[in-house]
Amino acid sequence: MGLSAVTVLGVDRPGVIAAVTGSLADCGANIQDSTMTLLGGHVAMMLLVSGDLDSAELLKHLCAPDLVVTASAIEAQRHFCEEGGGLGYVLTVHGPDRPGIISAISAVLAADRGNITGMSTRLTGRLYVLIADVELPKEVDVAALMRRLAAVGASLDSEITFRPVEPDLL
Amino acid sequence: MNGWGGVPWEAPGGHDVLGGRVGTPREVLGAPHPLLSAPAEPVDPTAPEIVAAAADLLATLRRETATTGLAAPQIGLSWRLIAFDAGLHPRSRSWAGELVLANPRLARASHWDPGREGCTSITGLTADVLRASRITVRGHLPGTGEPVTIEADAFEARCIQHQLDHLDGLLFLDRVPGALSLHRRLHSCDA
Repeated sequence: MGLSAVTVLGVDRPGVIAAVTGSLADCGANIQDSTMTLLGGHVAMMLLVSGDLDSAELLKHLCAPDLVVTASAIEAQRHFCEEGGGLGYVLTVHGPDRPGIISAISAVLAADRGNITGMSTRLTGRLYVLIADVELPKEVDVAALMRRLAAVGASLDSEITFRPVEPDLL
Repeated sequence: MNGWGGVPWEAPGGHDVLGGRVGTPREVLGAPHPLLSAPAEPVDPTAPEIVAAAADLLATLRRETATTGLAAPQIGLSWRLIAFDAGLHPRSRSWAGELVLANPRLARASHWDPGREGCTSITGLTADVLRASRITVRGHLPGTGEPVTIEADAFEARCIQHQLDHLDGLLFLDRVPGALSLHRRLHSCDA
């Protein structure tokens, strides 16, 4: 059974998701993980799909004139950190929009082998907002990392908060 | 609900604590204005300029009919003053009335719940934020300086905590629990 990464981009309208997922269901493909959002009036969707069809065959089933679709064979990767070994944090950046905010912030995290596991950025008016889920190796000096982030934030005229994830334990 | 549109404000007890003063609505600052990221200063609730600021804050809140609360930094005053009136919000249960508090502080908080909220200073975005749904807040009434204690729950508690954050230079964006918790604002009831 193969695993494929599928991306779908199309102009936002009712029925895009139904068309894509319907095509996958028709050919017996199983959606393992997916995420979807709207970017500039476009549906942007990424799916991890398993099934008997390889990526080229999946692409044939998903081909539509109003959608940009890609499909690639992938192998499941081991998690970045050991199971349960990473520490979860939430990074928030907000300030005036300018080029280079993501690259500057992500470079600071990468220098400490911090892994961004989820990210959302929004521009609303003059305000640019970045929220990221970050996993840090246990040995990272978090206080020093926060100082480096604060320095980068100041250079971007942006406010940065970096705090541990608050798990909902029910 | 106490008076709207230029009617002198009366506290819930019926005292005209602002001396009949009618405030002037001010512009609401939008992020990323630096004043919204700065801690606000404690105030003397009996000082004439603070009473005037309280009246302006209330007048601005009354004009901004889509919101249930404002903090002084949002109208350009870095003072510890908040105004709120959660009476009309569909998720409200408690209602302390239309109030302005000077130097408010959170005395007790419990029963934490996530809920979606927006901000008059941040157009177009909302987020799921964890807040206490039962709180006790202490502060002083502008004018007389009379100490007051507010017991609030549900949406009113969320609204008050949101305003208290403004006094500490925090936006709801600083409390977003994860990357998937930030949303485009689509519904007026998100505010």
